[in-house]
Amino acid sequence: MIDAADTAWMLTATSLVLLMTLPALALFYGGLVQAKNILSVLVQCAAVAALCSVLWFALGYSLSFSGDGPWLGDGAAFFLQGLARDAAHPGTEIPESVFVMFQMTFAVITPALIIGAYVERIRFAAVLVISGLWMLLVYAPVAHWVWGGGWLAKMGVMDFAGGIVVHVTAGVSALVIAWMIKPRQEFPQGIRPPHAPWMVMVGASMLWVGWFGFNAGSAVSSGADAGMAMLATHLSAASATLAWMAIEWIKFGKPSLVGAVTGTIAGLATITPAAGVTGPMGAVAMGVAAACVCYFAVWLVKKRMGVDDALDVLGVHGVGGGMGTMLLPFVALIGAGGGTLGQAPSQQFVTQTIGVVVVALFSAVATFIIAKLADMLVGLRVDREHETQGLDFATHGETGYHINR
Amino acid sequence: MKLVVAIIQPHRLENVRQALTDIGINGMTVTEVRGYGRQRGHTEIYRGAEYTISFMPKLKLEIGLADERVEDAVLAITKAARTGKIGDGKIFTLDLHAAQRVRTGETGEGAL
Repeated sequence: MIDAADTAWMLTATSLVLLMTLPALALFYGGLVQAKNILSVLVQCAAVAALCSVLWFALGYSLSFSGDGPWLGDGAAFFLQGLARDAAHPGTEIPESVFVMFQMTFAVITPALIIGAYVERIRFAAVLVISGLWMLLVYAPVAHWVWGGGWLAKMGVMDFAGGIVVHVTAGVSALVIAWMIKPRQEFPQGIRPPHAPWMVMVGASMLWVGWFGFNAGSAVSSGADAGMAMLATHLSAASATLAWMAIEWIKFGKPSLVGAVTGTIAGLATITPAAGVTGPMGAVAMGVAAACVCYFAVWLVKKRMGVDDALDVLGVHGVGGGMGTMLLPFVALIGAGGGTLGQAPSQQFVTQTIGVVVVALFSAVATFIIAKLADMLVGLRVDREHETQGLDFATHGETGYHINR
Repeated sequence: MKLVVAIIQPHRLENVRQALTDIGINGMTVTEVRGYGRQRGHTEIYRGAEYTISFMPKLKLEIGLADERVEDAVLAITKAARTGKIGDGKIFTLDLHAAQRVRTGETGEGAL
């Protein structure tokens, strides 16, 4: 039975989530790199979105959502064969086509998030090889484990909109690739600051709005769950923005724009797994925790581990998503409006932690193999001269800014 | 004839233009430049990481003048560009050998 209201909202939510990649994430990342690499980031986002859409249609959707084996979906829906025009997706009241499309936008943004780790030095062919293989070999299995009736779902792991499936997978894999491809030439002393902080803010703001589709859309209905998810999402983002700003204001005497909007994204990533069970008070607590922990995580990766995860994919997304997943059993209980857990809180915490740890380990190992393969096939890194010249012209033959020329 | 080359803080340009107009000097060429003197750049912080900005954005003004106008012009620029803080810039005066107006072919001070 297809419900018109649910379908209308899910069509809208799907559009919002695609907007998160094109152009929100592209602008968020594009503003953070140097002017000579702006176009390379934009084209990487566009190409990953296009490639993973086609692969999702061909193989990914079936591997994630067809059949209920513990490890991987079956091949029954390869190339979306057997997709009936008027069939509702099982357990929902929206058409199968809309569910395929909604999930496709998640399969698009997750590999796109990883772009932040390797910008300014990767070969474009390596971006395509890594993103395509990664979506099929890391994202699709994990999506099946958690959302497609796989073993983590059976164990009772709760991940409403992708704390594990999206942010832990992307964050951990980003760290692995950043470590394998090695730091940018100037890292850490001579790294140049973001070339366009205003662009970072525009991208982050569009991500904020797009996230309403991501989280409230994960209710896969237009009712009370979607409404509370949107409220929780917004409050977490707002609290994290204020908290990150406060940290910088106290520490450096000046609250920065890039810092504020980084807080926004940390708050959004952190509430993602918990948006389905968190009430407004829990969401504010989640947001404050997101800013404090992610601020520290960014510092830890760059300064202590010395890994050039250029745009802090692990520190902001991976740590935020993982933390939100693990805090979920506790914040859900704060204040009014929360949902219900599947298990007793302490048991749920153990279940959530197992989910985060296993997926992190799996992502790390699988990504290592994929990146090795990409290195052998096409090479990971551009030549030194091309890196100095900038990927815009060296790789794509274009220049971002023709001012006074 | 002299060529006055002034390196100033970008936000003082309008002040300087007004001051020069007030003493009857019309016309200048402005270029966006980067550099540093005793100021030695500054640091900016993004996501907790410190970045050193060695070359500060400045404006370079170039003004061709008859010899007797130079002193007034330099004084006017100095007064208008000065904030009193480090990084206010410098003014250089160079000999100018020739000048020619493209439209009319006038040469010398008549072309200024």
